[in-house]
Amino acid sequence: MTDNQSLHFDYRYGFSMPEKYVFKTRKGLDSDIVKEISYFKKEPVWMTEFRLKAYQAFKKRPLPSWGADLSGINFDDIYYYIKPTEDQKKTWDELPREIKETYDKIGVPEAEKKFLAGVSAQYESEVVYKSIQKELARQGVIFVDMDTAVRDYPKIVKEYFGTVVSPHDNKFASLNSAVWSGGSFVYVPTGVKVSLPLQAYFRINAKNFGQFERTLIIAEEGSYVHYIEGCTAPIYTSDSLHAAVVEIIVKKGARVRYTTVQNWSKNVYNLVTKRAKVEEEAVMEWVDCNIGSRVTMKYPSCILAGRKARGEVLSIAYASENQLQDAGAKMIHLAPETSSRIISKSIAGRGGRTSYRGLVYVSPRAEFSFSYVSCDALILDERSRSDTYPTMKIETWKTFIQHEATVERLGEEKLFYLQSRGIKKAEAEGLLVNGFIEPVTKEIPLEYSIELNRLINLEMSGSVG
Amino acid sequence: MIRLDNFTVKIGDKVILKNIKFTFEPDRVYCLMGPNGSGKSTFAYALAGHPAYQLEEGSKIYFCEEDITDLSPDKRAKKGMFLSFQTPLSLNGVNAFQLLRLSLGEEADPLSLKKEIEAVAKKLHVKKELLSRSLNEGASGGERKKLEMLQAAVIKPKFVILDEIDTGVDIDALKSIGRFLEEFKKGRTIVLITHYSRILRYINPDKVLVIIDGQIKREGGQELVAEIEDKGYQFYR
Repeated sequence: MTDNQSLHFDYRYGFSMPEKYVFKTRKGLDSDIVKEISYFKKEPVWMTEFRLKAYQAFKKRPLPSWGADLSGINFDDIYYYIKPTEDQKKTWDELPREIKETYDKIGVPEAEKKFLAGVSAQYESEVVYKSIQKELARQGVIFVDMDTAVRDYPKIVKEYFGTVVSPHDNKFASLNSAVWSGGSFVYVPTGVKVSLPLQAYFRINAKNFGQFERTLIIAEEGSYVHYIEGCTAPIYTSDSLHAAVVEIIVKKGARVRYTTVQNWSKNVYNLVTKRAKVEEEAVMEWVDCNIGSRVTMKYPSCILAGRKARGEVLSIAYASENQLQDAGAKMIHLAPETSSRIISKSIAGRGGRTSYRGLVYVSPRAEFSFSYVSCDALILDERSRSDTYPTMKIETWKTFIQHEATVERLGEEKLFYLQSRGIKKAEAEGLLVNGFIEPVTKEIPLEYSIELNRLINLEMSGSVG
Repeated sequence: MIRLDNFTVKIGDKVILKNIKFTFEPDRVYCLMGPNGSGKSTFAYALAGHPAYQLEEGSKIYFCEEDITDLSPDKRAKKGMFLSFQTPLSLNGVNAFQLLRLSLGEEADPLSLKKEIEAVAKKLHVKKELLSRSLNEGASGGERKKLEMLQAAVIKPKFVILDEIDTGVDIDALKSIGRFLEEFKKGRTIVLITHYSRILRYINPDKVLVIIDGQIKREGGQELVAEIEDKGYQFYR
């Protein structure tokens, strides 16, 4: 981003910039910067106020006292907003060369040719490339970046924004609410079934740069949508923070699937709040695959608010050297006959650490509810570690709750079996690890599961030399 | 094919096989018989290169006159050695196709491999759903052994050790395996490890070896089987 650097100067509130200039806030955060971000995005007053309130909440809130050590985050050493190019480009050709190359590396155009319904690709803090096929528009489906949504669909955004994840929810949700930028907005009208998955690609590659995208998905009654986010990040040296918020509203009889395949570089603090409100007879499915990052704390949640609502979380976490994957799920049963299923698979190798942290809450009202939790941990060597922190809060007897947890070492006998078939030890280990996570990978689109298997093999090959 | 010299095998400090000297000739079927605990399975595992079995210094294994004593199990397999396990483990999330594809490496064309697997499965009466499922998961004893044979058929090894291929197998499965081996044995060296004579109804060994207390106590032709049936292993101690 040489252009970016040469054009960069400290922006002061009230100063009007020529249209084509690139904008970057100074490092650190105060209410002036929050105002600047909002001003620069030409946001309505309610959003500016929302951000400022959230900033106050962020300031007051201490870091979580549980889970990962987050003391390495220096909030004063982060740029909270960078705008890489001025306008959103409609076509591929109009994109800057550097950005195009970045996307070529992660294969966006090919993927689009194949079956993308629309691409909303996030480069640094802003969506710069986006294309929506006519079919989606014809069905009345809205798939735009969040900034555009605030501008073009203010009524609906204002109605739902911050209703599932409150700006007071946790420190990082507060931070995101104050400085959010980019992310996707999806609206699926009543009865519309979006047959192809909607995909967004994320990539952080500015030094000292935090990414705070915000996604809001609203699935009206009886609708269906599958949203996929694939994240890769290049390697760079100083600490980086990713604090996203994803809010999903699944109305009566609707079904939403949200798939994440994430591979942050190994210095990223990945602290994401993902939550869905699931109404009567609706279904919410989170498929969450986490490789990379220095620390991940992520617990996709379903608030099962309507009768017969169903929630599901399938997750994979892989932790290697100096990495902590603290991942899990939360299922909040608030209505009768609700059901939930959590399947968590974690792998720790080369001294890495994984934790499953989960909550199943069944309220007194949620009679005849059903919950199944299964968490399996695979440990590749003596230096690695895995912990399980399941919490079950059950306030009615009329419910059926099941919890299973296993921890296993990569078996010598299985390795020998595969080796006796002429398979090299490293390949055998990769095969067994991929077999271990297969119950989850079979749920994600083929191209993603292939990429995931490759990434894991890559990680593994380091461990055996 | 395989020549053993001073073949002495230990698990920890315990010596299981003592100083075995033997040469397996090409295109022959051998039957290695012996009571429980005589060292039959150790023989199989040590040949295949299981890391828990240590060879005493001076022990040598030659494959077509090449010293393979220090080779890892996968390299031995690449030379043409195959072990059919007594109790094949189930492999979560790994099916026969995936395993065989990795085993054969890049040169194998996935489509023709798939066809070949299906053809062999048909011959062995292996149910089709077992092929797409995780290997051996939810499979009966007989099915597991048939899946071992299926792998052997696709990998096409030169030296095949069958560790108790007849244990935990019902009569129909045993028949399928027997019929398969009758054809498969051609041009290969087969070592059948067993303590029953049951499998020998379906495949005729060229040579019978009796192993007791870690040593080959007796060698002979098929007539030895009847002698064992008659007198029991006690006779050879």
